[in-house]
Amino acid sequence: MANFTVKEKEAHSSKINTRNVVLYVILTLWAIVNLFPVYWMFTFSLKTNEEIFGKNLIGLPWDWKWSNYASAWHTGNMPRYFINSVIVSVSAIVLVIFASMMATYAITRLKWKFSAQMNAFFMLGLTIPIHASIVPVFITLRNMGILNSHFSLIFPYAAFSLSMGILICTGFMVEIPKDLDEAAYIDGCGPFRTFGVVIVPLMKPALATISIYTFLQCWNELMFANVFISDSKFKTLPVGIQALSGQYTTEWGPIGAALVIATFPMLIVYVFMSGKIQESFVAGAVKG
Amino acid sequence: MKKKDIVNYLAVFLFLLPALALFIGILIAPIIKSAYYSLFDWNGMGEMTFLGLANYKELFTSKAIGFMKALFNACILATLSVFIQLPVSLALALALGRGIKGEKPFLSIYFMPVLISTVVIGQLWLKIYNPDYGLLNSALTKMGLENLCHIWLGDKKTALISVFVPTLWQYVGYHMLLMYAGVKGVSPDIREAARIDGATEGQVNRYIVIPVIKPILKVSVIFAVTGSLKSFDLIYVLTNGGPLHATEVPSTRMIEMLFQRNRYGMGSTIAVMMIILCFAFALLISKAFKEAD
Repeated sequence: MANFTVKEKEAHSSKINTRNVVLYVILTLWAIVNLFPVYWMFTFSLKTNEEIFGKNLIGLPWDWKWSNYASAWHTGNMPRYFINSVIVSVSAIVLVIFASMMATYAITRLKWKFSAQMNAFFMLGLTIPIHASIVPVFITLRNMGILNSHFSLIFPYAAFSLSMGILICTGFMVEIPKDLDEAAYIDGCGPFRTFGVVIVPLMKPALATISIYTFLQCWNELMFANVFISDSKFKTLPVGIQALSGQYTTEWGPIGAALVIATFPMLIVYVFMSGKIQESFVAGAVKG
Repeated sequence: MKKKDIVNYLAVFLFLLPALALFIGILIAPIIKSAYYSLFDWNGMGEMTFLGLANYKELFTSKAIGFMKALFNACILATLSVFIQLPVSLALALALGRGIKGEKPFLSIYFMPVLISTVVIGQLWLKIYNPDYGLLNSALTKMGLENLCHIWLGDKKTALISVFVPTLWQYVGYHMLLMYAGVKGVSPDIREAARIDGATEGQVNRYIVIPVIKPILKVSVIFAVTGSLKSFDLIYVLTNGGPLHATEVPSTRMIEMLFQRNRYGMGSTIAVMMIILCFAFALLISKAFKEAD
């Protein structure tokens, strides 16, 4: 009897082992499917057309052609696009943090009649497709004469991340004990001092989450940037890359280099902060 | 009203002001304006001619506008997304979420494509699909499968699916991550108890994990469907609706109406329809999930 159970266990565990092997094979294959395009991008950014077009399709470059990066960087206007993307993203992040923290404070900590409705109103922004506002915003910006400026992207980007910002802030702010506010009130702080002295310092973890979320939205946005910006002085990376690939239709190496330049900072940050970045994506969707 | 109340309302107002200004100024007011423009024939500069609902009628009947075709394409994308992309994401989330070795690295790799700019992904896939030198055709040639070589994005028959493959591929990781977070929320004790009672891994997933993560599945389905209805970036980079309008989706039609044909009224009509459809589908999906309970 005892023997029998041992055998059964062995059979069971070997079955688990083969199933595990199959599982790992599938997981690894899927990992390759995800990694391969990025690997290919890195390698072809360092190759000549000859290699890319057939002699060395997917291998490492034979002769590491760093000059591709030089041509993307110098003739392709990449530094400009890069700086523009940084300016636009960082400004939008600051705006979102500022506006969403204040609004969340009013909604979750101050007592007034319509706070729940106000929250629901802001949450509409999670479902509204941003494209829907493109025409009037375009016309307004044109009439104000600020198409082709950083502002024309900063305000729309901030507006589109605002709902998520408020959602994330709410998640963090309801965790802060109400006793703290009351203590501050008793010490004679009004709502503004309470906000600045008690709440803001405790919201640091939310800032990281909001910043990451907003950054990714802004850094990668194409439609608005494409429509609002035609002057290459103000183009952001996504639009710039589109323009660049139009210039280098025959030479693939420099395009590859430009793609790597646009992607690399993101990947570096991801390697060090993958947990935090993943959290910021989950935070909104799961609580919503 | 007491003085304290007035101070309080003033504070509420001031705290809400920046967010409200942004939100109403750039999202709500423009949408109302879009709805208004959609009732007119307007080239964006000159006189506006009131048409009533004629734009909407034209939108659904005119072959030249091609909205129905675009909507149909978006629906195909939504269907593929719900029935292929989400099951793949769920399978991955369940496999990783039960706690296997290497869980974190796998998770990080699968999520990576979500972070890469859609333009970069689009440019990469343009190079993969390139008919003369692209990776796909070159690889097929090397393997002796020349007869399978194809002008992937240039042929009406294959363009749509070729555009959808990277679109679906890029966001598997996103849905997987949401579901994974849910799977991780299932208490290990419950799992363990079920296993002691003799439940197989499949039964644990079927009867314990999936019911628990249902709210997340709902969110995923809503995101997948509304995301398909408003998809733009990858399609714009890869084909911009071509060849011969084979890969049009509502947003590419909208951009063409606005900026190539200067039909601001019609462009706004498409924008309004997209909002209505997104809300309608979100409600419908929520209802469907509620009824399934």
